[in-house]
Amino acid sequence: MDTLLAMVEGFMYPNEVELQWSVLIVLYPYITGLVAGAFILASLERVFNVEAVKPTYRLALLTALAFLVVAPLPLQLHLGHPERSFQMYLTPKTDSAMAMFGFVYLWYLMAVLVLEIWLDYRRDIVLKARSSTGFVRGFYQVLALGSDNISPRSLEIDERLGRFITIVGIPSAFLLHGYVGFLFGSVKANPWWSTPLMPVVFLFSAIVSGIALVMLVYMVVSRLRGKPIDMRCLDTIARYLLYAFIIDFSLEMLDLIHRMYEADESFKSLDFMVKSRLFVSQILIQIIFGTLLPLGLLALTQVVRLTEMARKNIYAIAGVLTLIGIFAMRWNVVIGGQLFSKSFLGYTVYKMDFATREGMLPAIILMVAPFFILWGLIRILPPWGDDAPPSTVDTE
Amino acid sequence: MTVNRRQFVLASGKYLVMSAAASRAVGYVLAGSPERAPGYSAHDHWWAMAIDIDLCIGCGGCVRACKEENDVPLEPFFFRTWVERYHVPEGDIEHPMVDSPNGGYDGFPERYREGDGSKNFFVPKLCNHCAHSPCVQVCPVGATFESPDGVVLVDKDYCLGCRYCVQACPYGCRFIDPRTHSVDKCSLCYHRITKGLTTACCEVCPTGARTLGDLKDPSDPIHEFLRTNMVQVLKPQMATGAKVYYADLDGSVR
Repeated sequence: MDTLLAMVEGFMYPNEVELQWSVLIVLYPYITGLVAGAFILASLERVFNVEAVKPTYRLALLTALAFLVVAPLPLQLHLGHPERSFQMYLTPKTDSAMAMFGFVYLWYLMAVLVLEIWLDYRRDIVLKARSSTGFVRGFYQVLALGSDNISPRSLEIDERLGRFITIVGIPSAFLLHGYVGFLFGSVKANPWWSTPLMPVVFLFSAIVSGIALVMLVYMVVSRLRGKPIDMRCLDTIARYLLYAFIIDFSLEMLDLIHRMYEADESFKSLDFMVKSRLFVSQILIQIIFGTLLPLGLLALTQVVRLTEMARKNIYAIAGVLTLIGIFAMRWNVVIGGQLFSKSFLGYTVYKMDFATREGMLPAIILMVAPFFILWGLIRILPPWGDDAPPSTVDTE
Repeated sequence: MTVNRRQFVLASGKYLVMSAAASRAVGYVLAGSPERAPGYSAHDHWWAMAIDIDLCIGCGGCVRACKEENDVPLEPFFFRTWVERYHVPEGDIEHPMVDSPNGGYDGFPERYREGDGSKNFFVPKLCNHCAHSPCVQVCPVGATFESPDGVVLVDKDYCLGCRYCVQACPYGCRFIDPRTHSVDKCSLCYHRITKGLTTACCEVCPTGARTLGDLKDPSDPIHEFLRTNMVQVLKPQMATGAKVYYADLDGSVR
């Protein structure tokens, strides 16, 4: 820690030298953003009847679930007293934004995502239970929660209820991630965070990252399965990615221009920080390589006629760049917001450890874990219609 | 009525569990009630602090006394109170030069010369015990709270260690105690003031630059201090209801 003191530039309040929120808190908005974005992509098909993205509907839902399961882990790891975290459910303080986390999370997990997936898969689960034996049969019977009725009438009810849940789910996804933005945006002590735009910027960057993630997962999974990519689907997703990205970038620029034009008491300090300690992660990685470049690439596919192969390559590159860019955005918000002193007179540094509780290693593990969970979910609940048992099995 | 062994074990087990939970609950209820201190009624007081910038000589006695009294870790990142030195060249209040070596714990080595056209002074800092504390607002479990006598306190056995309150404090008054992993901050020496004593920092201040005041006590000298001085709180634009009042606070202080 003493080395930290040597890296302080200017003056910081003594208690500020040590950074409070680590890379794990960067992961939290990143991961919940992916969840919200993936869900919103899935709901395009269900609520807004965008038929073209149907091949990714279930995949998007499973992706959202895989990431949502992991979302609270970085928070839990970060707490000084994880064993007390349950107190947030037992004795929440009603005027604390953070106290609502547990409830928002549970609502979204259980009332929206799990329920929607279950309803959508119920027929498959029942059929699977009927057609298998032994342990597998028991497993799917448990998953079916005792239901065995897949008559056309009951499936129609599933469909209607599922649609209703998706409609409830869209504002819920907005809530899940807008809420994360509010956690930062409402800290008046910190001018880097304190803006009412924060929840909106978080929301649109979440949609951008979620769409990019599902697009990439769809491409990779198709390749692994040796199935052709539905180009109509991929083109549509890429187009929505472009639209969402334009809104997201406009909002971020609005925030930036507003700050520069208003130039309040914090501006000089923040401006210096962006041009020095945040230059690489903010200007280079987030804005140039993580936003402008993928935006340009995606725009290119809209104005120039390209071959299927070229489009695939461009989508893959743009998707990866987008995910890196949005991660950098989360990093710059969370870490950047702690690099300057609230006295506006100095700067500190963030030194990431490797194999410590809040180091890089657990961060990497937490980022990789959702993909394993997704793999498991795909094994249990195959999202592709082409593998589904023939529907003729169904008779009441 | 006959009770067999099985029924007896079940019933006594139930009672054990129930009473444990109940006694725990009562314990939490009691933990938040300062009225338990004999002869002290929290509702009769409203604590504040008065700091006279002109009187502070930067000796660091308050910082040392605070660390000693409240068992604050000695590393230079953990302070319940600290002292900053301001050097304002040419009266340029937008660009003061500030330092606080080890929070002023060891005093301040000579650095600036008299007559160089600058303004120099010390600013002792501590928790402002805000009446509308942003830190209290954000705590997800209410582990940090405002007592009825106007002191912002922390229940260390309830704190999650989420650090949101540290982020929310505009003044940098909070830190995580590396030994307990809970948050820590100035308690205005609550263990002392509820017994009729003053805080450790005020007790040792050789010039009387800082004095504890009770705004609900009409005979307290703090009223005269507030009446006769030009008084300011830190970062008034934050509207936190800060209750540490500074006399002669320069506009360069943040």
